[in-house]
Amino acid sequence: MTEALVPHSAEPDAVSAHTGSATAHLFGRIVGSDIFYSFRRSRLTMVAAAITVLFFLLAILAPFLAVQNPFDPAQLQLMNSRISPLWTADGQSPFLLGTDEQGRDVFSAILYGLRISLTVGVLGVLLAGTLGISLGLIAGYFGGAVDGLIMRIADVQLTFPAILTALLINGVVKSVFGNRLDAMSTLAVLVFAIGLSFWVQYARTVRGSVMVEKNKDYVAAAQLIGLPAHVIMIRHVLPNTMGPILVIATINLALAIITEATLSFLGSGMPDTMPSLGTLIRIGNNYLFSGEWWVVAFPGFALAALILSINLLGDWLRDALNPKLR
Amino acid sequence: MIVFLLRRLLQSLAVMLAVALIAFTLFRFVGDPINGMVGQDATQAERDALRQNLGLNDSVVVQFGRFVGRTVRGEFGLSYQLARPVNQIILEKMPATLELSLVAGLIALLVGVALGVFTGLRPRAASSRFLLAVSLVGVSLPTFLIGILLILVFAVWLRWLPSYGRGTTEQFGWWTTGLLTIDGWRSLIMPAFTLALYPMTLIIRLVRAEMLEVLRTDYIRFARARGLTTRAIHFGHALKNTLVPVITVAGLQFGSVIAFAIITETVFQWPGMGLLFVQAVQNVDIPIMAAYLLVVSLIFVTINLIVDILYTVVDPRLRSTIQRPA
Repeated sequence: MTEALVPHSAEPDAVSAHTGSATAHLFGRIVGSDIFYSFRRSRLTMVAAAITVLFFLLAILAPFLAVQNPFDPAQLQLMNSRISPLWTADGQSPFLLGTDEQGRDVFSAILYGLRISLTVGVLGVLLAGTLGISLGLIAGYFGGAVDGLIMRIADVQLTFPAILTALLINGVVKSVFGNRLDAMSTLAVLVFAIGLSFWVQYARTVRGSVMVEKNKDYVAAAQLIGLPAHVIMIRHVLPNTMGPILVIATINLALAIITEATLSFLGSGMPDTMPSLGTLIRIGNNYLFSGEWWVVAFPGFALAALILSINLLGDWLRDALNPKLR
Repeated sequence: MIVFLLRRLLQSLAVMLAVALIAFTLFRFVGDPINGMVGQDATQAERDALRQNLGLNDSVVVQFGRFVGRTVRGEFGLSYQLARPVNQIILEKMPATLELSLVAGLIALLVGVALGVFTGLRPRAASSRFLLAVSLVGVSLPTFLIGILLILVFAVWLRWLPSYGRGTTEQFGWWTTGLLTIDGWRSLIMPAFTLALYPMTLIIRLVRAEMLEVLRTDYIRFARARGLTTRAIHFGHALKNTLVPVITVAGLQFGSVIAFAIITETVFQWPGMGLLFVQAVQNVDIPIMAAYLLVVSLIFVTINLIVDILYTVVDPRLRSTIQRPA
């Protein structure tokens, strides 16, 4: 959906312009830029940015904000199980959002889950981006058979929804290693699955931009002074394709977080011992019928708010970088 | 045109072969197939004999050829978990998935087009803005979260609808249907709506954008000048021209609706192919994974082929590809 609307040639100087400026100067340029102006104009975007930053801060500061480490069994007490949120009749301090069956504080669990979700999301986007950008650069710059091969693979993969690809990669890795994987390796597998599922869009976009850029004079000049291909690609062509890449990366971060949560919800993601938001929702879903709605509702709300904020930021960035919409 | 058709057909065949190769690799190299078939106490000689009988000592290429041959005849072997022929299991589960996807697809198309036209004709009305805002939220919420929310509200709190299964079904040959009983429909509403939400929002946005564009064109202005009724202009002239891309996008979306049924079926414990696949991934039931993969790819490839042919016939301008998130 939204990704299909990503502009293939965004304003190049918005990103590359400030590469040469001094740091002190940089701040002034950012504040004075068109992008920042458009940011200040949109109240919704500012709220979305604030919420996104808040979520990242919560994740980073989780150990200081949580009332307990929810996954250290020694800190859990069955006495505290099934407490409803603080503002309800049976609420108990310090369990702001209530506790689950094992006496685990829901708020603390969300903070720790947020860490996992954001880690997998960010690493997944980085992997997908690196893979997609490299393949796109190679395909666009060299053309010919290499281009044909990479783009055919991309076409085939685009036929399948990313979630199916991710689920399959996950299933294959799991069947190779059995169920012996520890939590950290599962996290790595998830990043790998997400990276391999989302690279296509970067590759297509970068390839498109590179095909436009490589016929420009500055590339010819760089070739004339004898710079090797990889230097031209990375140092000269790549910066000019960064606008649309940034937009894709933002929207992809939301997609990656959704994908991770979905895999965890389906039971092929993060284990109960190191849960992400998706795992928390899966666990909470089991208590839905016993009336403990808060165990599933709050992780779900956190996930929804996080994704909505990131999507709003992505939408704004896409419009702000698109000169046609000004 | 014939060249294009042939090339497209060859491409589809290549995709199917690639998927078959993945499925074959799963079978052959992930775990020892012999271990999946014989008991713990089989002797080495028995194992070797079985290996010889099954042709596992032949070259990989010969084995792959045989695998493709069997697949074409619809033989996928026995499920490790259920110890029954996989093609039987898949056939049993297929009607549930197809009914769910079909109903969801229809909801998405009908409601999507209606709301799209509405918001397109009144772009500034408060109701349109509200609908678009809601649709943005709908896109941002992961499918499983919407499902859980619906269960919480309509099954747990209000107790209006059942939260799992297909309800009462009736048997016609190998096809079981839930569409003939009230109970079946009651069970279908929530899963179908959950599955429909994403493509629906997509169609709303698409129809709206197309309507806004078409309404600005000269022929609409001319139709107004001719004194046609607003209704004739909106529905006879404008809507008709927006439908071409809508039908193609809807066709492409139908493929991913089937894939996304994996998530919806898990949330609502809907006894279809998707739920089967998720369970197979968890239990490393490779024959079912491979068969599901092949069946779904076949459906995808067929739909894509039909849509591709349709849209190059109908509208060569439309060549963007759309991928949907989880």
